[in-house]
Amino acid sequence: MPLTDALRDDILASVPSLRAFAISLSGNGDRADDLVQETLLRALANIDSFQPGSNLPAWLFTILRNLFRSDYRKRRREVEDADGSYAKTLKTQPAQNAHLEFEEFRAALEKLPQDQREALILVGASGFSYEDAAAICGCAVGTIKSRVNRARSKLSALLYVDGTDDFGPDETVRAVIGGSGG
Amino acid sequence: MKEIKKPAKPGGLNAEIQSRIGHQLRAMYDDVVRQGVPDRFAELIRKLDTQEANPQLGTAGEKTEGSD
Repeated sequence: MPLTDALRDDILASVPSLRAFAISLSGNGDRADDLVQETLLRALANIDSFQPGSNLPAWLFTILRNLFRSDYRKRRREVEDADGSYAKTLKTQPAQNAHLEFEEFRAALEKLPQDQREALILVGASGFSYEDAAAICGCAVGTIKSRVNRARSKLSALLYVDGTDDFGPDETVRAVIGGSGG
Repeated sequence: MKEIKKPAKPGGLNAEIQSRIGHQLRAMYDDVVRQGVPDRFAELIRKLDTQEANPQLGTAGEKTEGSD
């Protein structure tokens, strides 16, 4: 379909979540924004192939994922986010304790196989249905479900190996988990 | 209030840990979402939009042969 004002606005409205997805995938803020820019260029160049009424965010996420995949194969992650540039992309720095925990979580997420990480993010953070996530990743719904499950298990094993006692969850976490009191 | 229990087996999940992972995942993601649309992207779309309306203005893209 042609690029209408409404469609352009919808694309723009998808940018924040495209960035979040790109950063979660690449673990690197600068690279993520390049990825988003490429995604937008690609989307607008191929706007004729977008089916009116279909899921625009899913279409854009598919483009971004494919770009990331081909880019990933080329680069093999030569640039790791050693200095925490991901954290620097955040406008609001979390408080110290929360920050450490956040870094720990991010590091664990990085350890997941790419297939599992993207499935978990699409379903667990972006809020896509299993069906949409399957379409974005070009695989079966059952495959997405099992990837998400494996991702959760692995994160749980990485972060909470022997239960939470070893890690001594701080107040923030207790508050989050317990809701009240502690 | 329920206590956080160890997973029954390696890789096993309990509900608390699962919800904790979900919470952290969304917190990480939403931190970025809340940043909104950086100017560079709003500008990019505006620029491309102008080109779309006036293709003769030229473009940096490689694949911009006219659509028919």
